[in-house]
Amino acid sequence: MKKECVAMLLAGGQGTRLKSLTKQIAKPAVYFGGKYRIIDFPLSNCTNSGIDTVGVLTQYEPMILNSYIGIGSDWDLDRQYGGVSVLPPYVQSEEGGGWYTGTANAIYRNIKFLTQYDPEHVLILSGDHIYKMDYSEMLEYHKQSEADATISVIEVPWEEASRFGLMNTNESGVITDFDEKPEHPKSNLASMGVYIFRWDVLKRYLMDDADKENSSNDFGKDIIPAMLGDHKRMMAYTFDGYWKDVGTVTSLWEANMDLLEEDPALELNDHSWRIYSKNPNQPPQYISHKASIHNALISEGSRIHGTIEHSVIFDGVHVGEGSVIKDSVIMPEAKIGRNVTINRAIISADSVIEDGSVIGDTSPSSDITLVADEESVIAKSYLEQSVN
Amino acid sequence: MDRIAGIINLDHEQDVLDELTYFRCSAAVPFAGRYRMIDFIISNMSNSRIPSIAVFARRKYRSLMDHLEQGKAWDMDRKQGGLFILPPDWNDPTDISKGDLQHFHNNIDFITRTLADYIVISGTQNICNINFRDVLKEHKQSGADVTVVYKKVEELQPEHNRSHKLTMDEDGRVIDIHNDHRNTNVYMDMFIVEKDYLYEMVEDCIAHGCSHLFLDGIKAKLPGIHIHAFQYEGSYALINSVESYYRHSKRLLNEVDHEDLFKQDAPIFTKVKNEPPTKYSPDSHVTNALVANGCSIEGHVEDSILFRGVKVAKGAVIKNSIIMQRCQIDSNAVLENVIVDKSCHISSDRTLIGAPEKPYVVAKRASI
Repeated sequence: MKKECVAMLLAGGQGTRLKSLTKQIAKPAVYFGGKYRIIDFPLSNCTNSGIDTVGVLTQYEPMILNSYIGIGSDWDLDRQYGGVSVLPPYVQSEEGGGWYTGTANAIYRNIKFLTQYDPEHVLILSGDHIYKMDYSEMLEYHKQSEADATISVIEVPWEEASRFGLMNTNESGVITDFDEKPEHPKSNLASMGVYIFRWDVLKRYLMDDADKENSSNDFGKDIIPAMLGDHKRMMAYTFDGYWKDVGTVTSLWEANMDLLEEDPALELNDHSWRIYSKNPNQPPQYISHKASIHNALISEGSRIHGTIEHSVIFDGVHVGEGSVIKDSVIMPEAKIGRNVTINRAIISADSVIEDGSVIGDTSPSSDITLVADEESVIAKSYLEQSVN
Repeated sequence: MDRIAGIINLDHEQDVLDELTYFRCSAAVPFAGRYRMIDFIISNMSNSRIPSIAVFARRKYRSLMDHLEQGKAWDMDRKQGGLFILPPDWNDPTDISKGDLQHFHNNIDFITRTLADYIVISGTQNICNINFRDVLKEHKQSGADVTVVYKKVEELQPEHNRSHKLTMDEDGRVIDIHNDHRNTNVYMDMFIVEKDYLYEMVEDCIAHGCSHLFLDGIKAKLPGIHIHAFQYEGSYALINSVESYYRHSKRLLNEVDHEDLFKQDAPIFTKVKNEPPTKYSPDSHVTNALVANGCSIEGHVEDSILFRGVKVAKGAVIKNSIIMQRCQIDSNAVLENVIVDKSCHISSDRTLIGAPEKPYVVAKRASI
């Protein structure tokens, strides 16, 4: 049976800039927003956009990710035909095999998977970004403009533009040029890492690329420049919603804090575009008579006895009496003792913070403190890991 | 491992929770912030590795069927066994059964076909966290025909008026089942019995024109049969009136009671709704509350329970109240000692105040 569009989600990233948050899990499995993991966003976007066939390419630390995705039922991706498939690197009898050597190689090695569905188009996604996007609108644009490839772009502030891969376009949205992190940007349209290709075209480029000895097998570095060089019809699709790369501890913290604004750019309480995730099925939040909560997101199973200000609290978190948590993110099942002070910090899942601990720095210019080791028990002094 | 099957018999549960049971049976009444009453017994059965459950429903079961679906949330969507909701669609022209025996007669296949050796039969109004494997162990050790479950309460409450009480000898063998108001051993409307014994009991009751399996098949047979009593020691609440519903709901605001019911190693499951975390605004003031996910709180909430997706606007004050799912409480509304059923809208500046001993109940989807 033919599928018009199949999504391939690149979820093998190590996310080294997230430091010890990704010591044991792949970046797409990192927690976000009080109950989600990053990968919930692209998976929910797929299901909400009517894309029911998704290959998830795993590589680095796949255990949590594999069990989390399961058969995809949490995102309604458990389908009779299609649905979600986890695609780890594997050994092939003749070519040998081994790790995926790059993003393009990961797709190349799964040509067989895609061929089963005989798709017209392939949607390439990454598991690194937080955004709500209707891929079906992008697909419509891609089809109408008869493009070989469509790249989703977002306008970024000019002063930050040199941190991104930038698309230079003509007035009709045709991409003329692509600059990876240029020193002097000619455009402020950053690539979001969301591509739609005509499958017959992409397949040819993947096969050509695989034959090149010195290729890095990467979409941004190899495939897209090669297609531009051949004057393929490549369109930029402008997205104007919330989009955030949560690749660093600071940006992950910022993205969580963004949710606390009065009218957040990313609305999670949106019945028309739900973000699905694995639900822990825990009892309601227990807010004791000693608790004080202002400007917070709090999830089920948590027990709050202390003060929470401008913070995001995941499921199953306990906060003891007299503790004050401010401008922080507390990930699932972390147990915060009594009289603990936490400022501008991310406390990772399953952490245990001893009574009286002081963590983080109140100064707005200070770095975000990361406590990220599930065995860590923090004594009076604190374990600190400052980041850029 | 011994196999156990479960029967949840709703036939004796009167819909006496006023507005809360106008359109649903009491098993489907929302409870404790995100659950329905029936979630507790199904979770108990699921946690006791009971893979096959029949629900005997007679009326107002639409909401129940909607909630239970295929039983996936309780891990009851099994290839072998699973969850069966069995409303009365009875077409046997030779049927002479009466009362709750009608359910047993017309669904006798559930009993004869199950691979289980034992069957637990329970209602849904005795909220608890029980492991039926412990009950089975005692049942087998005692060699009894039937083992009934009871709770020794500190003192009887109004909701226990109609409950049966048990008198046992020193070995835990039941010598009398009665309604003596000086006895605090409250029968919890749960018993375990061997499958073949149950089958015989059902046949015998029907042959003799009986209409109540427990009263006619068990209680009336004393002292001829061996009934053992299993003492349940955990968290317990009997809910069969608005007053008991309100009092036991509010007990969950006490952390000790809360922890007793919601145990880490025996969780209570319910249908998931994929609601986001609850948002507390900078102006919110929330103390001593149970709050489910998906709420948005800008007002004042004290000694109260908020179900999923409740919106509390700025200046609204909620005290000693239970607000069910998807209610919207507008600015400066005041609610005290109130139970608001789901999807209600309380508009700005309204004041609704019930009595602490008799909360004011607002029916589902009301707009005030």
